Amino acid sequence: MRAMIIALAASAIALAAAAEEKPVELKKGPGLDKVEDNCSGCHSLDYIVMNSPFPNAALWDAEVTKMIKAFGAPISDADAKVIADYLKQNYGS
Amino acid sequence: MFTRRHLIKAAGAGLALTGSGLELGSARAAGAAIDLPVSYRPPNYETPIEYFRTAITPNDAFFVRYHLSNIPEVDVKTWKIVVGGEGANGQAEFTLDDLKRLPAAELVAVNLCSGNRRGLFQPHVPGVQWSNGAMGCARWKGARLKDLLDKVGLKKEAIEIVFDGADSGVTDKTPDFIKSIPTWKAIEDTTLVAYEMNGAPLPHLNGFPARLIVPGWTGVYWMKHVTSISAVTRPESGFWMNTAYRIPLGRFPVVARFTSQETAVNTPITEIVVNSLITNPADGANVKMGPVAMGGIAWDGGYGINTVEVSSDGGKTWLAATLGEDLGRFAFRTFSYNFAPKAPGKQTVMARATNKIGQSQTTELIHNPAGYHHNVVHSVTFNVA
Repeated sequence: MRAMIIALAASAIALAAAAEEKPVELKKGPGLDKVEDNCSGCHSLDYIVMNSPFPNAALWDAEVTKMIKAFGAPISDADAKVIADYLKQNYGS
Repeated sequence: MFTRRHLIKAAGAGLALTGSGLELGSARAAGAAIDLPVSYRPPNYETPIEYFRTAITPNDAFFVRYHLSNIPEVDVKTWKIVVGGEGANGQAEFTLDDLKRLPAAELVAVNLCSGNRRGLFQPHVPGVQWSNGAMGCARWKGARLKDLLDKVGLKKEAIEIVFDGADSGVTDKTPDFIKSIPTWKAIEDTTLVAYEMNGAPLPHLNGFPARLIVPGWTGVYWMKHVTSISAVTRPESGFWMNTAYRIPLGRFPVVARFTSQETAVNTPITEIVVNSLITNPADGANVKMGPVAMGGIAWDGGYGINTVEVSSDGGKTWLAATLGEDLGRFAFRTFSYNFAPKAPGKQTVMARATNKIGQSQTTELIHNPAGYHHNVVHSVTFNVA
């Protein structure tokens, strides 16, 4: 976690040179808190909006799995299911 | 876990740090002329189409693409590139001044994201939803990569050269962005470690203080903020080589192969496929009845553009456009065409480029899982009144 805090501070330095990050308001719904807590540590939430509404349920499952397995996101199985359900419900086809 | 509130707090701390003596690459940030990023973090910016009316893309409108969010601003006083690896005979370090002391090379080359036009794929492919602007063309100046490699000497078994940059993931579980190219490509005279872009230091988000220039190959190999260059005798493995940036084997007409990384089913993306873009009139524009001055750009993987042809009858007949100044085989080549509509109303005009080895654009999308190599013939529809 300490490493993550240091990395976050470092990434914030980069933000200063990029556009100032504006809050991305996602649709209200069950699971939004888990999405904000788990996803926004590594990437802005515009990635979700940008990739919608095309993905079907299987594709959103695959994306959440990819974030955990390929990119190492520290997300519990329970949270992963809540996140995938939120994405399917609000940003799926 | 982190919430947006934590991030904003961290960003505030970061801003304070920025003022504490870290050197910026350029006062003009990459993407400064672009209203909105495609994504904030990691930062991705698309060049608006109007900047493609000339062959050179300005630095402040140049597209930006990052995979990982931790992008430290490099302090040139401490920054260096370490060159070595088990495929080299020794190790050496290069500061920015060391790079500038090597013989300088200059060339104009297109940097094009493998996923340019991914957002136009049907069916939809997940990823950054680029339109036409995940590309740019600049005059790059730097040292030849082979001059750096010559300082350490390559073993004859060295099959790939591996690159790492200063950027990394937010957690240490995220695979670091590391890429390799075949040794034969690395030692070409045109492969550079560039420290200048259009006569200025590289903007931070375009790779300050030095990035790799791999002319003809897609942008994924153009490592930004390079910190290490390693020769290896075994193929580089890792997420960014083994899993990402692969295309189905044999589907695309590319000459340059990366054989040490090929599998039975796929291969790393390599050279840019031949392509063109109509920049004016804009799609949906209203133009006066009379001759219409059309223009655009064409490019390929470094064989050079031979012809650009224009069709106003849905591709049944094609007429040659006039090519603009030749800035080199890796550059955007502008083209122009005087279109004389026969009657008012909606007109659809297409452009098709062919390169000097006879490759041309497709009419049907070659669909692939990651959304690469979109070079379907571009068309614009405008209203003549």
